[in-house]
Amino acid sequence: MSELRSDLSLIRQWIKPGSHVLDLGCGDGKLLQALQEEQGVEGYGLEIDPKNITQCIHNGVNVIQADLDAGLSDFACQAFDYVIMTQTLQALHFPDQLLEEVLRVGREGIVTFPNFGNWRIRLQLALGGRMPVSKALPSTWYNTLNIHLCTLKDFEALCQQRNIKILERSVVDYAYQPIAGHSLLPNLLGEIATYRCTRLP
Amino acid sequence: MPKSIPADSVGLVTEQSLIFDEPLELISGRTLSSYKLVFETYGELNSNGTNALLICHALSSDHHAAGYHNMDDKKPGWWDSCIGPGKPFDTNNFFIVCPNNLGGCKGSSGPNQPNPETGKLYGPDFPIVTVKDWVNSQQRLMLALGIKQWAAVIGGSLGGMQVIQWAIDYPSSLKHALVIASAPHLSAQNIAFNEVARQAIRTDPNFHDGHYYEHNTIPSTGLKLARMLGHITYLSDDAMRAKFDRDLSDEGFSYNYNYDVEFQVESYLRHQAQSFVDRFDANTYLLMTKLLDYFDPAADYDNDLAKAFSHIQARFLVASFTSDWRFAPTRSREIVKALIDAKRHVSYAEIDAPHGHDAFLMPIPYYIEVLNAYMRRVSDEVNA
Repeated sequence: MSELRSDLSLIRQWIKPGSHVLDLGCGDGKLLQALQEEQGVEGYGLEIDPKNITQCIHNGVNVIQADLDAGLSDFACQAFDYVIMTQTLQALHFPDQLLEEVLRVGREGIVTFPNFGNWRIRLQLALGGRMPVSKALPSTWYNTLNIHLCTLKDFEALCQQRNIKILERSVVDYAYQPIAGHSLLPNLLGEIATYRCTRLP
Repeated sequence: MPKSIPADSVGLVTEQSLIFDEPLELISGRTLSSYKLVFETYGELNSNGTNALLICHALSSDHHAAGYHNMDDKKPGWWDSCIGPGKPFDTNNFFIVCPNNLGGCKGSSGPNQPNPETGKLYGPDFPIVTVKDWVNSQQRLMLALGIKQWAAVIGGSLGGMQVIQWAIDYPSSLKHALVIASAPHLSAQNIAFNEVARQAIRTDPNFHDGHYYEHNTIPSTGLKLARMLGHITYLSDDAMRAKFDRDLSDEGFSYNYNYDVEFQVESYLRHQAQSFVDRFDANTYLLMTKLLDYFDPAADYDNDLAKAFSHIQARFLVASFTSDWRFAPTRSREIVKALIDAKRHVSYAEIDAPHGHDAFLMPIPYYIEVLNAYMRRVSDEVNA
């Protein structure tokens, strides 16, 4: 699975073999396919795009056509070991509500999003006075799907406010490679944030 | 009439039949001492009997799912869009079986067929069968044809209900289950439509309590009304608007101010109704609407569909169509939810299509791609 996107290989390390997984916005199903074939994981992907759905079926992945903005009411409480949401949070109408849903349905949630606190983004807005465009955020303001961007600090504040415990955090560059000095200044240097979290009792 | 048979057609096909002499105990408590099933097959069964697909037909269709009976046929079988070489149910890879179900009117034991015990037509005395009975009769056909396990059981609408029942009742006899535009049971609204259809037939003066064959007549008025009503529920509002709008049937531009056919939609419905009367039997229509009403596999499992699915082994593909209000996407999602709750394998596609319930018979690109992708996996498994 060398072709597996590096964000997905990062996430894969966090998932225990044989677990039951729900992947929100699963794309072409490559992560689930790798988890299925190499770690004996079973589960479902949720996806809205017909091309991706056909591709998931082609890849032998269980895929459910669904609109994440409609919530996860079809899923029972704590039905999954992990609920994964890669690069989707920022494109939702109600990201906070879906985060709550992730941790209702899953014992643990794995969330990745582009960090809007990155120094390049801050500079573009502060000095250029224009909405930032970067490799992690390649769209212009009028055609971006990312309507709820946040920084590491914003996400962590939300977690604290909603009684959500962060179990693990990994801050990487847009290619999902480690960044020098990221542990000192994660919110400034990180381009992509990945979190593993759970609901506090 | 096909001038020539298209390259992606199964070509000319001949129906086959088998008589089963072992009595079939029915859910109603009655027994069929023997019964006949007519069916068609397309493609070749492989040597280990693992490449067979069962196609389950819906309310008003039959065993003629693909190809032509002769060169004078106006239309091919009812699911010709999906069955044939290079199509989703690819006869290059699969051996495809489609039976006419018990109680039907196209040659299998049913109201318009002779009762072997009396030599007379069954008429209304043919027992009301259920989806479970159908599946039991199809399982005997499977064994008779030397099929070890279905690579997939497939059906739309009422056909999808048979697929669900197969997966529950014979979990190890199918690897895949394709449930299209179906529902886990009928809603009150569905039953209400069926009841109006039945009343239309049963109150027709020519119905004679179902013994109309003996009077050399048919309750055609009632059957036509039933079909018109049904047909409206198979189309969406948008599809009807697109097809007919308020267009008048004669090229006239003014109203006649009488009750003759004026709007194109009226003319269409009457034409559909007439052609239905020519090909379908009223007692079969009554029986099949009742069978639809009774279908409720969860009832045997504390009304818990997830419990009904807890022991199934088949992997499911469920598909619905956005404009289908007869068996709306929400009904398919009930099936999907129960499968997920039971931790079974399922994929679900909700196909954006304007055609209403009938969409499942149409070559809609996304729908065909989903079926193709899924069936290629099934084929790879068979050949693995």
